[in-house]
Amino acid sequence: MQEYLSLFAKSVFIENMALAFFLGMCSFLACSKKVDAAFGLGCAVIFVLAITVPVDNLIYVYLLEKGALVWLPVVGDKMKEVDLSFLSFLSFIGVIAAIVQIVEMFLDKFVPKLYASLGIFLPLIAVNCAILGASLFMVERNYSFGESVVFGFGSGVGWMLAIVALAAIREKMRYSNVQPALRGLGISFLLVGLMALGFMAFSGIQL
Amino acid sequence: MAFGKKERDALYDPIFNNNPIALQVLGICSALAVTTKMETAFVMCLAVTGVTMGSSFVISMLRNNIPPSIRIIVQLSVIASFVILTDQILKAYLFDISKQLSVFVGLIITNCIVMGRCEAYAMQNGPWLSALDGLGNGLGYSVILMATAFFRELFGSGSLFGHVLLKPVTDGGWYTPNGLMVLSPGAFFLIGFFIWLIRVWKPEQIEEE
Repeated sequence: MQEYLSLFAKSVFIENMALAFFLGMCSFLACSKKVDAAFGLGCAVIFVLAITVPVDNLIYVYLLEKGALVWLPVVGDKMKEVDLSFLSFLSFIGVIAAIVQIVEMFLDKFVPKLYASLGIFLPLIAVNCAILGASLFMVERNYSFGESVVFGFGSGVGWMLAIVALAAIREKMRYSNVQPALRGLGISFLLVGLMALGFMAFSGIQL
Repeated sequence: MAFGKKERDALYDPIFNNNPIALQVLGICSALAVTTKMETAFVMCLAVTGVTMGSSFVISMLRNNIPPSIRIIVQLSVIASFVILTDQILKAYLFDISKQLSVFVGLIITNCIVMGRCEAYAMQNGPWLSALDGLGNGLGYSVILMATAFFRELFGSGSLFGHVLLKPVTDGGWYTPNGLMVLSPGAFFLIGFFIWLIRVWKPEQIEEE
């Protein structure tokens, strides 16, 4: 239990997807003009991450990894040599696109209010690098199934916190007199830089 | 394959006038993460430019046969195949650098430049123009990436492409490396300043808020 808790804290703060690994930056900068929209997008990301990372974990462990296919009741020994891990990019992105589609249909049918408020953000999530990045980190760090559930959920929460914080600062920014050439994208970059400095305070913590 | 004004625009426009990073807000994730050294940044630029060009070309050839409802997944699988190729080539010939780039090679799939150009340009234009547009956007991305990596490596570790120019104090030299440049926030500040410079130079890109 304790190691799950510390993995959770680690993925939310110390290894924050947005501010420590720069993942999901495109939508992070493009969709952070209003707090409501940022919060909606953040929730959708948590949702998709918490499903895709464990599913990708199962796919990798039982289908793609070297020797993963031994459970198949065919030829037996030969299956130990099969290494399909070069297919992982293709299958992960397929899983992500499919799950985003399913989540979209599910929300449309059962929670139309949330669906309307998320609107255009849902399909965009398929190409959010934070999602694919989390799956690839999961493979690189050999997370077990339980760990990948916690890791997926935690990194979603961390991403959501970061985008809501940025949106709140950008809303306040409207009242300040920014140099014209720096307005919009330029000042957001400087802002995110400062936020990343803040998050670096967590970096020395060992859990 | 004429090379008229249209072709020239498709190739050169994305470099400064419509830069993918500075104006279209595409492909920022990898721009920040791989720029601590010029060598990795250079390999990344080659990979991204190659993938963008290849997938724009292929998508544009397929564009009349892709049903609109499943276009995203078709585009993603074309892109993913190119990225797998790139990844295998890097692993075979440049293993060290491929280790340093770690997940970021895979993340080219979700690099919004590739996807964005397929969606916005290759779906409407012919293969030759689309390949040029892909090349142009790859170059526009490379310009920003190499500039960022230049400053980060020079001031962060006193070297360029691994050759020591400013000898750091730790090796008995005189230069105290600027730690901020190696860390993540340094990249944000640098790109912020680049955007500022480009917009001072080309005021028509300034955003209204």
